[in-house]
Amino acid sequence: MKSEFNPPIGKITQINGQCISLIGNDIDTDRIIPARFLKCVDFDSLGESVFEDDRETLKGKHPFDLEENKNATILIVNSNFGCGSSREHAPQALMRWGIKAIIGESFADIFYSNCIAIGIPCFTLPRKSIQEIQKNKDNKFLLLEIDLKNSLAKSKDLILSLEIKETSRKMFLSGEWDATSTLLENESLIEKKYNDLPYLEFNSYLL
Amino acid sequence: MSQDTLFDKVWDLHKVSSLPGGSDQIFIGLHLIHEVTSPQAFGALKDKNLKVKFPDRTVATVDHIVPTDNQSRPFKDNLAEQMIETLENNCLEHKIRFFNIGSGNQGIVHVVAPELGLTQPGMTIACGDSHTSTHGAFGSIAFGIGTSQVRDVLATQTIAMNKLKVRQIWCENQLSNGVYAKDLVLHIINKLGVKAGVGFAYEFAGPAISELSMEERMTICNMSIEGGARCGYINPDEKTFSYIKNKLCAPKNEHWEKALTWWKSLKSNEDSIYDDVIKIDASKIEPTVTWGITPGQSIGINQQIPLLDELSLNDKLLAEEAFEYMSFKPGQSIKDIPVEVCFIGSCTNGRISDLRIAAKVLKDKKVSKNVKAFVVPGSEKVANEAKQEGLDQIFKDSGFQWREPGCSMCLAMNSDKLIGNQVSASSSNRNFKGRQGSPSGRTLLMSPAMVAAAAINGKVSDVREFIN
Repeated sequence: MKSEFNPPIGKITQINGQCISLIGNDIDTDRIIPARFLKCVDFDSLGESVFEDDRETLKGKHPFDLEENKNATILIVNSNFGCGSSREHAPQALMRWGIKAIIGESFADIFYSNCIAIGIPCFTLPRKSIQEIQKNKDNKFLLLEIDLKNSLAKSKDLILSLEIKETSRKMFLSGEWDATSTLLENESLIEKKYNDLPYLEFNSYLL
Repeated sequence: MSQDTLFDKVWDLHKVSSLPGGSDQIFIGLHLIHEVTSPQAFGALKDKNLKVKFPDRTVATVDHIVPTDNQSRPFKDNLAEQMIETLENNCLEHKIRFFNIGSGNQGIVHVVAPELGLTQPGMTIACGDSHTSTHGAFGSIAFGIGTSQVRDVLATQTIAMNKLKVRQIWCENQLSNGVYAKDLVLHIINKLGVKAGVGFAYEFAGPAISELSMEERMTICNMSIEGGARCGYINPDEKTFSYIKNKLCAPKNEHWEKALTWWKSLKSNEDSIYDDVIKIDASKIEPTVTWGITPGQSIGINQQIPLLDELSLNDKLLAEEAFEYMSFKPGQSIKDIPVEVCFIGSCTNGRISDLRIAAKVLKDKKVSKNVKAFVVPGSEKVANEAKQEGLDQIFKDSGFQWREPGCSMCLAMNSDKLIGNQVSASSSNRNFKGRQGSPSGRTLLMSPAMVAAAAINGKVSDVREFIN
């Protein structure tokens, strides 16, 4: 785990870093961060426990334990990554370990929204391209420059055209991925909706 | 793009604005919170110097970390105690209604909200828990969110979200005797796969769905997320309305009639357009059991664990991983696999009807001496109702331990955990590696009736041999 954690803020346009591959479909959020680590009232110490049980099983051979990966920032995964529980602790743990962007075949819906909400862009590539990257024996040295403006990832001998939801891409480029303030700008519309919804009067005695 | 489905109607009604990036700002009609995914959200509010926008639209309970043996305070587990205290303080500070232990209304958030009548057709419902899809059983649009979105809902009562596509899953014919909602949903996930629902809301419909009770419908919608669908729903009908009527927070008097008229207008039109339609024959489904490490890896009780050659390349890799983790062999029968722990409970199958069915199987029978069996009612209300009916005694007489309400060994955040590579027969929703508290623990998902049968025989069994 990196010594100091600085959460991303503002516009995210470029992410440069070393790739780390994690092979397997349907890697769920219980595996990313087992439930016992959810007994906390902040996210601060989650980085060291990321993939705890998988790492324990592999006794030092898990990609997140290999010396050559210790500075990696771009995670390469397969399909349906982050399925299962909605725990934001999962992307928080990845981020606090050092991950700044994820490239995969596909992502589970809630995990994807959680990543966007905390400033981790998630890109997709076809299975073949992912497997090419993961097969590469020199993968540990694969350095990518991700350019969000053009949805491209470049290395010294590779150019990848990345897919990302247009809504997410725009949010990162404008810095509006931290949604609260954008949502609050429509305060009068929110209040109008609150007053107009047909059902709130049905249970207005709730409190 | 879907049109005139319940999903479209409810989404459009709750849309506050189109955001600059292209997603929609959606108003959340009911926000449910619990102790695990809310503390950091309240912390973020504090950091940003924000208030809870509409405290009357958020309701809290405590479920994930509560012990099920001794619930006296302070909890033995300091971290669990810290979490419940944090929730208590946050609710007090922000004037949020909190159903605490001993209130008579505490329990698993997805059991509690429906039984209080909080969950109603046409609402948008969000909660920092993936099984929020449960509430779709009432014709609401309900989905799990992460902690940052919990923060957004607290601060603005809205979230930014892309509209989902809608897939109708039409379930023809009827489930046969001894086959339950759990079997149906496991079967659906197996047929469609665990990621087929990504980007979709699932509309469950057809004769087999109409026939289900509200509690069975909750079991179906609850597991939508296991098929990748963040949201699952069922069009409301007379069963929905009569379930809600007279509940604590149900509309009363003149509001009831108004609500009813509105609710009836919500269901998908007969000529609605879906992004996709899938048909399932409910009559062909057997009691279903998982053999692997995802809820999609399941088979009928009389089937064999698949051979690698029978699987697609993609499924093969995961199957190999599952064989190794579970120590099961391709071609092996699922029936008669020994089980060591039996767990009945969870937001999938911890309701009163689940306990009634299991108790019926267990009456005058004994749990195998090789099995540790325990039942965790989904809520204080479920527990009280079960006691009034004498179900607790049937469980105890059979050898089951009768526990206090909570999430318990569904995710094992309290002290209810598997040990080593124990095999559990579980009425919960996830058989992921390590899910039930031991990094090598093995989970077989099945209906509560099937868990009861497994407990008696000490091995995976066909419950139909007990009830026919």
